[in-house]
Amino acid sequence: MSEHTNNSNQDSVISVRAMDIITAIVFLAIGLTVMVGSLKLGASWGSDGPEAGYFPFYISLIIMLSSTVTLYQAAIVNKKKKTESFVDRESFKQVMAVLLPAIVFVLGVQLIGIYVSSVFYIAIFMVWLGKYPLWKAIAVSVGVSVALYLMFEFWFQVPLPHGSWFNPLEFLGVQ
Amino acid sequence: MEEINALFSGFAVAMTPFNLLLMLVGVTLGVIIGVLPGLGGANGIAILLPLTFTMPPTSAIIMLSCIYWGALFGGAITSVLFNIPGEPWSVATTFDGYPMARNGKAGEALTAAFTSSFVGAFVAIVMITFLAPLVAKFALQFGPPEFFSVYLLTFCSFVGMNKGSPFKTISAMMLGFALATVGMDTVTGQLRLTFGNPELMRGFDFLIAVIGLFGIGEILLSMEEGLAFQGAAAKIRGKVVLETWKQLPKYWATSLRSCLIGCWMGITPGGATPASFMAYGVAKRVSKDGDKFGTGQMEGIVAPETAAHAAGTSALLPMLSLGIPGSPTAAVLLGGLLIWGLQPGPLLFVEKPDFVWGLIASMYLGNLAGLFVVLTCVPLFASILRIPFSIIAPVIIVICAVGAYTVHNATFDVWLMLGFGILGYVFKKLDYPMAPMVLALVLGDRAEDSFRQSMLISQGSLDVFFSNYLVAGISSIALLLLFWPLIGKFVGKKKAAAA
Repeated sequence: MSEHTNNSNQDSVISVRAMDIITAIVFLAIGLTVMVGSLKLGASWGSDGPEAGYFPFYISLIIMLSSTVTLYQAAIVNKKKKTESFVDRESFKQVMAVLLPAIVFVLGVQLIGIYVSSVFYIAIFMVWLGKYPLWKAIAVSVGVSVALYLMFEFWFQVPLPHGSWFNPLEFLGVQ
Repeated sequence: MEEINALFSGFAVAMTPFNLLLMLVGVTLGVIIGVLPGLGGANGIAILLPLTFTMPPTSAIIMLSCIYWGALFGGAITSVLFNIPGEPWSVATTFDGYPMARNGKAGEALTAAFTSSFVGAFVAIVMITFLAPLVAKFALQFGPPEFFSVYLLTFCSFVGMNKGSPFKTISAMMLGFALATVGMDTVTGQLRLTFGNPELMRGFDFLIAVIGLFGIGEILLSMEEGLAFQGAAAKIRGKVVLETWKQLPKYWATSLRSCLIGCWMGITPGGATPASFMAYGVAKRVSKDGDKFGTGQMEGIVAPETAAHAAGTSALLPMLSLGIPGSPTAAVLLGGLLIWGLQPGPLLFVEKPDFVWGLIASMYLGNLAGLFVVLTCVPLFASILRIPFSIIAPVIIVICAVGAYTVHNATFDVWLMLGFGILGYVFKKLDYPMAPMVLALVLGDRAEDSFRQSMLISQGSLDVFFSNYLVAGISSIALLLLFWPLIGKFVGKKKAAAA
């Protein structure tokens, strides 16, 4: 991994410094959200001891303090990190090639259930990135789905999502 | 003597044919998990947790802990044969393991790795057997301030022992605490920080976080590296095993030192990864062949493997006796115990002795089973790694999704898992540590409870954490560790000025 982060010659999508700054700002935002939430709950000493927001209030305070220091270090102290690449273009494409289909897959899990989505996901992944022939991709992906069904629903009786929008396997008796 | 009697009754619990079968299944699954990139001990156990819901608690925890042992063993296989550490704690094993395999000594390297792992784990289990009941007995006298100070010590030691930015460690840890507060407040019953979203009422389950951070995050990282597996041939013959075993006693001093380092780092939540590096460093400095380290020295495998397993195993000591896990994987095991309504901590030894001792006995047997499985099945496990990444990656993501869904039967959690995956990827690249975040998520509620109870006792004064020798001692060590990065810097500057 280090050869990626330290390589400044390749096309960089974003620098380590910029990413550090963004992350610290996100932390600050989370800290602020928690602080507002805990103040609404009451963050002081009630009639029967500390109120519900007492503990989260101090947590949010510490988040904001520590991420302010991180922000300061990234933005002002470590200026030389500007050239260090967080991720270069080629690696970013690779990561997106996994992440974007994964997002579509999770949407599929919600809408049409896990079995059919898994078949599509694994098969498309194999054909697209692995350049496998279609029949191999279908064999592996259907195999995995059947194994999941047998293992979870059949043997261990743990239900998996069948789809909130419609259940494509209803005709097979998968309720 | 009391412990030995209890241990024997534990063996009686653990040695039923069903439990022995579960041990073998667990170890095998664990090794597979350890070998596969993107699946580690912690998220492997998190994913497989639902499969044990139908089992009796003792059998379930035996299987889960055996997955843990298996994962610890599995990391060594990839390090030695493929130069890819399957787990972070096997990074140091690659230094000498892979060169040995390249020199055609893969069998020797693997035997040395597995045997040292076993020795490290064994010593740690013996320590747990005799020390855990004592710690638990001692902890029975703890009140809320004492417990909070122990939690404080756990978290401060992350700040003190981490090499990266202490502020990043604190931010990550506090994010864990903040996520833990979401949902129902255990004391007042109020809904906290849900912002009107019904999905958030369940709170953030740490199992989802573990699966996302360590599973999806790891896949994204491996994808970026464009993994291509080229490994040395793997075969272990009986003769090689016996010959290696003959050589190993030579390194008894290294072994002993590494055991001590490992046990210490495991109990204080330093974890297996720094333990393995530290043991490797010490062995290199002390050994007369120190300058040959990195070229394929057996001693360079013995040291990190022994320490990593001693640490990984002794992380269960504070989990069993105090209810405070020493590592994310121990935290997942703790999560498992909670699901069966077992509250890990000092009372567990009193209330459920057969469970505790069954588990401890299974640790002995599980490690023995692990050694047997890995020594006999290495070629099989190595062949798993030859499955191309374009098949492994989507299958692992599907398995992670199943694992995340089954925790609460909620598809919202699968989305959360993806979110934690992206977080894990960013955290890893920016050096935000993930272990303290996961532990904060696990222990958040209990740390908060003991804090609030302490505050009630003292009517809001922080003096309660310094009110007697015990609590003051623990709190002081905690503060010392918290400010260690500052103190270390100061001492370093003084030394530099003197020189």
